[in-house]
Parts: sequence; structure tokens; C-alpha cells
Amino acid sequence: MTGAPVPGSGAAAGEAARPEAARAVVERRPLLQRASGLLRWETLLLVVLALLVVEGTRLSKFFLTGPNFANLVSAVMEVAIVALPMTLIIITGEIDLSVESMIGLSGAIVGSLWAAGIPIEVGIVVVLIVGALGGLFNGLLVTRLGLPSLVVTLGTLALYRGFAQVILGPTAISSFPAGFTAFGFGNIPGTTIPWTLIVFSVLSVVFLLVTHRTWIGRQVFAVGKNKDAARYSGVRVGTLKTALFVVTGMIAALAGVILAARFSSARADNGTGLTLVVVTIVLLGGVDINGGKGTITGVILAVFTLSVLQNELRLAGVSSEYQGVAVGLLLIGSVTAPYLARQARSYSDRARRGRHPPAGSAERGEVV
Amino acid sequence: MSAEVSVRPAGPGMASRFVGMLGRSRELTLGGVIVLICAVVAIQAPHFLSISNLSQVTTLAAIIAIAAVGESLVIMTKNIDLSVESTIGLVAFVVADILRQKALPGPAAWAAGIGLGLVLGMANGAIITLFRVPSLVATLGTLSIFRGLDFFVAGGHEVNLADLPPGYSDAATQSIFGVPLFVILAIIVVVVAALVMRLTPFGRQIYAVGSNAEAALIIGIRSRLVVFLAFAICGLLAGVAGVLWGMEFGTIYATSATNVSLQVIAAAVVGGVAIAGGAGTVVGAAVGALFLGLINNSLLLLQMPQELLQVIYGAVILVAVSADALIQRREQRLAAQGAIR
Repeated sequence: MTGAPVPGSGAAAGEAARPEAARAVVERRPLLQRASGLLRWETLLLVVLALLVVEGTRLSKFFLTGPNFANLVSAVMEVAIVALPMTLIIITGEIDLSVESMIGLSGAIVGSLWAAGIPIEVGIVVVLIVGALGGLFNGLLVTRLGLPSLVVTLGTLALYRGFAQVILGPTAISSFPAGFTAFGFGNIPGTTIPWTLIVFSVLSVVFLLVTHRTWIGRQVFAVGKNKDAARYSGVRVGTLKTALFVVTGMIAALAGVILAARFSSARADNGTGLTLVVVTIVLLGGVDINGGKGTITGVILAVFTLSVLQNELRLAGVSSEYQGVAVGLLLIGSVTAPYLARQARSYSDRARRGRHPPAGSAERGEVV
Repeated sequence: MSAEVSVRPAGPGMASRFVGMLGRSRELTLGGVIVLICAVVAIQAPHFLSISNLSQVTTLAAIIAIAAVGESLVIMTKNIDLSVESTIGLVAFVVADILRQKALPGPAAWAAGIGLGLVLGMANGAIITLFRVPSLVATLGTLSIFRGLDFFVAGGHEVNLADLPPGYSDAATQSIFGVPLFVILAIIVVVVAALVMRLTPFGRQIYAVGSNAEAALIIGIRSRLVVFLAFAICGLLAGVAGVLWGMEFGTIYATSATNVSLQVIAAAVVGGVAIAGGAGTVVGAAVGALFLGLINNSLLLLQMPQELLQVIYGAVILVAVSADALIQRREQRLAAQGAIR
């Protein structure tokens, strides 16, 4: 804005010239920029969500009704509960691509056990154990063999989907008991609050507290910010990451049960493509894909933002094939937007200091 | 072989020969396994050795191999491209659609398809290098976006062989001296890529960026440009694979080639391309594609459930990367003794 040096700010200007003192510059930005600096990602999301709700009421007079609320919420609950542990995985700098296959596998097991005459409750317990074992397998390969989680979970993405196909083949199991399917798409009697929202709410509170109020959460962030420093300060990095994979596997298995209940159908391809949605929710929630940063609050807001957006696309007659485009754009956008904002901020800072950004700035060296 | 980009304090001879041997041994090991599978299947199901079966297996493997060469370049730079299947599907559909409407003659339509692949690859490269989006996230997004474009172009329809000009699928069944045309094409692609990797600065820069991006930058390699080019080439080759895919299958849906990315990545990984970047050969990736194709065919011929295929793909990826990890540990031990690569 103002290229001329302010009289009497010699010391401050000298400080600003040092790259590591960029923080000090923040204090002296013009009002508008300072306001944008104060804007947290969560606040932005809340504004977007509010705008989407306003747009929704414009689109349809049924938008703000209880049944539509139940509808739009229950449509995303499976991905929503998986997004919670995935947030912690991504904060530690790892990823789990296999969740969508675990969703399919869990549905397949619950379905075939039920078809074999085993009570559904027993089936759910079995499936949670399978989920934990699947997560343990991911975690051990990542932490004990030191393999990249990307390729390990790409392998188990195929493996777990394959198990589901071996168990069910091309058949579908749809003769579930009424009480079970009601859990998938029914509401609490007398209200328009879906049962699954209760599951998500309970898990949200647990993850919110564990992540932001306990030593576990602090260790997760420490590992994500600097793995070696965390290790030297006594964090058992491998055990922590393995535990996170186990929890993710279990919750993915639970999501598989919910999905099978909601569709009232267990098929080997249940959940295909949901990993994309889960990762999109996490990154839209402001979690840094490079690890170390993020909040559960942001992810919860992202869940509702995405569900309202999907609901509006449906109301506007956009078919589910094209909704994938929207989710893909949202995913790339949620990573690009903060980067561009940072870039714009540092450019305007440099411009204010009356220096042109060097052609090949230090950032060039970043690993892409 | 990579003297220009290596930091070599002392005694390179033995160590690099050892690592080179390990690299070769991956292709040799895989070759041995392939021979073994062929022998077992040929005894169990003699039809395996028929010309029609062999050319079908190798033709399919050739398509995957071409895409796997591009994917290998990307993985060698320590990135990944999950979107190749959508590129293959979209290109196959667009080319068939052009030919159905007789908008362009055959070769021009193929060129358009390959050009489309290049553009999609460049889009990936631009998102990743300009906006610093990790390739995993960027291509997870474009996997869905390109497929959405496919649905848009298809508009709920499919292209049948009957709608296409006569002779459209001929190339898929033609052969020269008994070798299927697609296989010859794949061999040309692999040989050219292998020569580029071995003999040109670009090839060495790919390895350099993948093994140590910071060091590569210090010695003046424009790593973002290299990564961009790797994605562009990957898109181009996925475009070629898409054109061939259409010819091979004749009927093309908006969902064609779904799940192929996993096969392509598995081929590269099984062929010894290290997911941590910086190591592997395009020849290995092509052999990996042949290996996966043979497994697929054996399941069919031995009348084993097709459902096992996904399980085997997953297991094969995990076994291959675990082997890679052990090789890498050995390499690091060697590095500690004073020689790198």
C-alpha cells in the first residue's frame, strides 16, 4: 500500500527486512489486511455455510424443513464419522486410503453373518474387531516396516475390497431386520433427528476433547509438526500412529454398518469412492495436508458445509455423477486457497516494504 | 550411470554395481516368476499357449504397460498420479465419440485423444507445481473431475462398435510377424522411455528430483519443471493407452477403465519403481504390467474366482513395497559406508 518508509520506524523496518521476522510485519498491516489475518478458517467456513443455507432457502421452500435436514445430514454421516479419525491421521502426516474398502468389507461381513443366521449385534462386534485388525495391519506396515502410508493403504484399498468381493461375490444381501435398517435411515421417534447424527455427535465430542484437551492430542500435533523432535521428547511415534490406524479402521467398519443399514443392502462395492469425500471433508475443514495443523471444529463445520452443498446440488437437479466433480474441485480448492492467500499476503508484504520479490524465491526449494 | 547428479564421496564402483544388480534382479526375479506362472498355467490349461490367448494377454498388458511407463516417471519424482484411469476412460470415450460422429478421420481423432491426455496431464502438473498441492490430493481430485467430464461427454450413453466406422477395432487384432501391433507399440514406448531415462539429462533429473529434491535444486535442477513434465508425459501416455483401450474393447461406457489406476500403479510398484522416489526403471514397470496381466489371465483359465483378482493386486503391491523397503535399507547401509547410488 504505502511504499514510503514511516518516519521513526527504522528499527521495525530493519526487523521486517529479516525473513524470519515476518510475524512482526503482521502487526503493522493496514486495517483490512489485519482483519483478514484475524479471520480464521473456521469463521470463513461458517460464513460459507450460512451463505449456502440462505441459497438453499431460495432454491426450495422445503430446504429448511425437518425432513430435509434429516435427509441431508444422514446422507453424509458415514463419511463424517470416518473424517474424525482421518483428521488425526492427516495431522500426523499420514493418510489412509483404504477406509472406503473397509466400509465395503464391514458391510459384507455383517450382511453375510446375518444371512447365516447370526444375530446382527454379534455381527457388529465381529466387524468392529475386523476393522481394528485391518487398521492394525495398515499401522504395522507403516510404522514397523517404515513404508509410506500412501502405498500401504493403496494396497489394502485393493486387498480389503477384494476380501469383500470374495465374501459376497456379485450378490447383495438386503433382508435386514427392521430395527437395523431403522438405525441407518430412521429418526429418533417424534423428532427429525436421525439416529446416526447421535453417533456422529458423540464421536465428535470425544474427538474434540481428545484432540484439543488431552496429551494424546498434543502428541498427535507434535508428531505432525516434527516427528524427530516428538520422538526425542518421549513420544512413541510408532505406537501412536498404529493406534490411530486401528481407531480409523474400527470407525470405518462402523461406517460400513451404518451404510449397509441406510441402504438396507450389503454389496461388495458399498462405499466405493468415499475416501475422496472423507479426505475432502478433512481438508475443507482446514487441516493441513502436510500435517501438524488442524481442528476438529473445522472438520465438523466442513461436514455440514459439504452436506448442505450436496443437498442443494440434488435439489438443483445435478446428478450424482457430476457431484463428484464438485467434490473434486472442493478438494483441490481447499488446499489451493490457503496457499494462494499466503502467497498474496507475502507479495503484498514485500511490495509494502518496497522490494520486488526475487525471481527464484527461497520457497522454490520446497518438495512438491 | 548417473554420475552427473550423484554425490559420490568415494568408492562408487562396487556399491553402485551392487545396487544396479539389485535393480536388475527385480526384473529378473519378476521374469522368473512370469516363466513359472506360464509353465504352471500351460500344464493346467493348454489353451493358455494358443496364439489367440497369448495375443489377448499381451495386448491388454501392452495398454497397461504404456500407462505404467508414464506413471513410473511420476512415481520416480516422488509423486503419484491416481487420475490415469479417468484420463484413459475420457480419452477412449472422446475418440470414439469423434469417430462416431465422423467429425475427424481416424488418425486425427487418435491425435486429438493423445492431445487431450497431454492437456489433462499438464493440468495435473500445473495444479501440483504452481499451487503446491500435493500430488496425492490433486490427482484424487482430478480422478473424480476427469470422470465427471467423461459422464458429461457421454450424457448417459455409450458408444457401441456398431456405431463406429468399420475397421475401428482392427488395430487391436493386427499383428506383425505374429507379434500383436499393440505389443510392438508398447515395446517402442518402453525402449524410447528407457533410452530417455538413461541417456538424457531429463532422465537423470527425474531420478535426482525423486531421490533428493533439495540437493537437486542446489545443483541447479528446476525440480518443479521436471515434475510438471513428468505429469505431462504421464497424461500423454495415458492418452495413448486410452486410444488403444477404445480399440481393444469396442464398446465404451462413461465408466470404462474404472479401477485401472490401481493396476497401473501396481505394475510400476511390482516392477521395482520405488514409491519413495528416485529409483526404478520403466522396463521394470512394463514387466510388472505383463505380470499382472498374466495373473488375471491365469485366474480365468484356471477357473478360479475373479473376485480374487483385487486380493492378489493388493497383496502384490504390499509384498513389492515391503521388498523395496528392505532393498532401500540395504542401500542406506551402503550409503552410510560412503557411497550413494
